[in-house]
Amino acid sequence: MNNGSRAARAALWAFCALVGLWLVAPVLVVVPLSFTDKPSLVFPPTGWSTRWYANFFGDPRWTDAFVNSIKVGLLVTLTATVLGTLAALGLTRARLRGLPIAQGTLLSPMIVPGVVFAIGTYALFLKLQLVGTLFGFVVAHTVLALPFVMIPVTASLAGFDRRLEQAAAGLGAGRWTAFRTVTLPLVAPGVVSGALFAFVTSFDEVVVSLFIQSPYLQTLPVQMYGSVTRDTDPTIAAAATMIITLTTAIVLAATLLTARRSRAR
Amino acid sequence: MAVLDEAPGAARPTAGPAAPGRAPRERGAARPAVLLLPALVLVLVFFAYPLATMLWRAFTEPETGWGNFTWFFTTQANIDVLVRTFTTALWVTVIALLLSYPYAYLMTVAGPRGRAALTLLVLVPFWTSLMVRTFAWMVILQDTGVLNRTLDLVGLGPVHLIRTQAGVIVGMVQLLMPFMVLPLYAVMSGIDRRYVQAARSLGARPLTAFAGIYLPLSLPGIAAGSLMVFVSALGFYITPALLGSPDDALISQQIFTQVNGLLQWGRGGAMGVVLLGMTLALLVLVALVTRRAGRKVSL
Repeated sequence: MNNGSRAARAALWAFCALVGLWLVAPVLVVVPLSFTDKPSLVFPPTGWSTRWYANFFGDPRWTDAFVNSIKVGLLVTLTATVLGTLAALGLTRARLRGLPIAQGTLLSPMIVPGVVFAIGTYALFLKLQLVGTLFGFVVAHTVLALPFVMIPVTASLAGFDRRLEQAAAGLGAGRWTAFRTVTLPLVAPGVVSGALFAFVTSFDEVVVSLFIQSPYLQTLPVQMYGSVTRDTDPTIAAAATMIITLTTAIVLAATLLTARRSRAR
Repeated sequence: MAVLDEAPGAARPTAGPAAPGRAPRERGAARPAVLLLPALVLVLVFFAYPLATMLWRAFTEPETGWGNFTWFFTTQANIDVLVRTFTTALWVTVIALLLSYPYAYLMTVAGPRGRAALTLLVLVPFWTSLMVRTFAWMVILQDTGVLNRTLDLVGLGPVHLIRTQAGVIVGMVQLLMPFMVLPLYAVMSGIDRRYVQAARSLGARPLTAFAGIYLPLSLPGIAAGSLMVFVSALGFYITPALLGSPDDALISQQIFTQVNGLLQWGRGGAMGVVLLGMTLALLVLVALVTRRAGRKVSL
């Protein structure tokens, strides 16, 4: 390697290091900011305290939103995982003409712009009086989360050898027993990572939630959106830091599971 | 995942309905199809039906016909919004491409450790919540924010970024970078660099070898990534609403205003139809491009 190309390579690394820094800049700013001792969003902070976390947990607007987000997220995880796994099984096993259409329909919530889905849902919810209800949130988020369950489950089913199930059946296991003892354990990593993504999808959703919220039922991102436009105190940074920690932990868990699955192949 | 709130088509369906190992026709062969029903019913009732209603209202409220669409395309303010949405998406795409191309290239030539670090950095925005990142950009871009003070230090003076189109673009590029880097990397890692070496040894200058060999080979990645970023940028709502100025609203914000503020369901619906139509048309293009690229390199 001559000097010219070495210099070019160093320049390339420097450029990409800057880009990398810029990619993580939001996280690098929000986390320290949540520990500032000043009631303003000045960065970098000049002194440290945990008062904004205390503020977060002492303010029912924030704690209610947090509890709502967890509640909605868990319910969405449950429904999306069950429905998504069933649908993935149906997609890989059924022999029907309209299968690609069914698959397209189920995955389409992923590609429709958030606002378009939001106004459609809002209109329907106004009619059914579902605005500001737990059921409404769960249903809307489940629709959005379904594809994120179906994709990993379909992927793990595609690598699944159906002869194993047939062998179990041949040895006298009933359909359900064969499914429970053979199929489910083998596709479990796909199901679990789908479940985790479903939770994160719901936990982070803002656009649709902004339409279907009411003063009595808000999720954490909705409360953040309101707070950003209303106040300028760092409580929102504390909330953001907790969201970052939670989603990072969940995504890491999902990634580790996926890595283990692909290594097992 | 976070970014998907506003990024249509983010993850590609990775598996088709093909089942390996032809199962013998068992008793109750129709049963697997029944498994699809609950999810399908949910999506039809709470997704397809509301969209259809929106379409219907766009053509019927306040009166039947093309009225809302005529209004949309003949009002200068709307044309401005449409043009602004397009130019913003275009700028975001171009900047994301210029930043991502060298980045993805370095990922292909770096050692395993370097590649792991670069991949990790590009995935962080993927799972940081959209609301969190937008809030962070508000802090970074504010007039007395960290960016302006850094610029001040090197003598580039304060730049007014918050509540400007430039600020919106900076935030959106960061949010959408992964969708550019990942397809680029996928295509680039399949390029045989010996072609470039061959061109060099035949006397081509580095730039000529790059423009004549490497660039054309990486074109499928450029096309896929750019279309993906462009399409996603078209539908953005939260980021322009918080980082931009209300005078520079994009189409999503106008839809929000029409429906939530003015209760003009027909007009809002018509704008939604326009946005959805553009998105779907471009996504079909993405599918065609990636399919063509996929024949050579599987993404």
